[in-house]
Amino acid sequence: MSSDSKKIRELLESIRLVYGYDFTDYAEASISRRIQHFISTRKIETIDELAKIVLKDEKAFEELVQEISVTVTELFRDPSFYKSLRENVVKRLATYPFIKVWIAGCATGEEIYSVAILLKEEELLNRSVIYATDINQKSLKIAKEGLYNIENMKSYTHNYQHAGGKRSFSEYYIAKYNTVLFDKSLRQNIVFSPHNLAVDKSFNEFQLVICRNVLIYFNQQLQNRAINLFYDSLCPFGFLGLGSKESLLFSDKQKQFEDVDKKEKIYMKSK
Amino acid sequence: MTKNAKYEAIVVGTSAGGLNALFVLLETLPANFPLPIIIVQHRSKDKNDLLEEVLQNKCKVKIKQADEKEKIEKGVVYIAPPDYHVLIENDLTLSLSADEYVQFSRPSIDVLFESAAGVYKDKLIGIILTGANSDGASGIRLIKANDGLTIAQKPEEAFSPVMPSAAIKTNAVTHIWPLSKIRDFLLTLNN
Repeated sequence: MSSDSKKIRELLESIRLVYGYDFTDYAEASISRRIQHFISTRKIETIDELAKIVLKDEKAFEELVQEISVTVTELFRDPSFYKSLRENVVKRLATYPFIKVWIAGCATGEEIYSVAILLKEEELLNRSVIYATDINQKSLKIAKEGLYNIENMKSYTHNYQHAGGKRSFSEYYIAKYNTVLFDKSLRQNIVFSPHNLAVDKSFNEFQLVICRNVLIYFNQQLQNRAINLFYDSLCPFGFLGLGSKESLLFSDKQKQFEDVDKKEKIYMKSK
Repeated sequence: MTKNAKYEAIVVGTSAGGLNALFVLLETLPANFPLPIIIVQHRSKDKNDLLEEVLQNKCKVKIKQADEKEKIEKGVVYIAPPDYHVLIENDLTLSLSADEYVQFSRPSIDVLFESAAGVYKDKLIGIILTGANSDGASGIRLIKANDGLTIAQKPEEAFSPVMPSAAIKTNAVTHIWPLSKIRDFLLTLNN
């Protein structure tokens, strides 16, 4: 192990002790890259120096957390995933009088609006509540505002169409100058809250949990913890949707899920 | 023991024109090639492209798409999946990331090369082939700084010279070779 790698471990361990944010079970390669990036943009020389700053200065720590926990995504990222949700999951969700969805690691909200649009088109949104959580408060704030750069709309529209969208995508937002604002009606049943998959517990029972491209940042133990948490948070026969390169491989609950769509990583809690 | 026996992994980065170049490099490798090879070929987000299958059809060495937290094995060629960066963990497993684009690319060659350099140090070979942007140049610099071996395809014969030229401009490239020579060099590792 290189000395930098050791120092990063020590830094994460100190952060855990001082602030209670636990990044020690994050996959090291990505978090190292983000810490190095933070260092280079702040003109800090070494990891030791960074450690001194963030352990003394809570504001600097907050900035570091925002940087190392930020994730990027897009509306209807992986259209085939949403198409499969529509085809394989929605009908079964419709049998519930009241639908609770948890989007874990919702980042800046693109996934939330994707799911809300899908539920609206399937006429389920008015009896659904979407719980949107992320460890990153800054991302949550952006998610809540629902304001996005207009530059991305062309590719989002393309995604929406390939995801089996039933209307014109532009019906869902208002464009002004360089930004778009998603329609209020999409946001009425969304609860935003901070939640940390590394330390926090289950907080409700859901029919659908979506957590995409979050587990890839965790080591195998933490992946297992998160999937256990999802298992505990799902009703019997509830659904779990993961990112296209994620799986239940490292989970001891693997056998308690059934494949709904193997390729799209959609599972159902079966036991 | 030859001096080549010290190497433990090879990383390759390529973009425009990469498929044909990869055929040349990989076609002649034996199934029991003694090193793992991890490749970033810039590709579209389309998950239905058949890059791995197309390569496997002509190659004896095993070719597969990189999977999350997969153990890196000798004699296997790992290709970065569409829309994800690939990084190397200290325990010699592969990690994926959906972080933002680097050099307009995801997967990005720089992301792979930089993390591989930190893990394999002087036991790494980094190769830049044909391509139309400068992704990989910063990675090549870091491989060299860690005493790894760096090779760029001779720009004059590359389908697109931009990528090897950008790598060469860093002054961190050990060998500038035509593809056939890079291929022959890889074969010498197999003794």
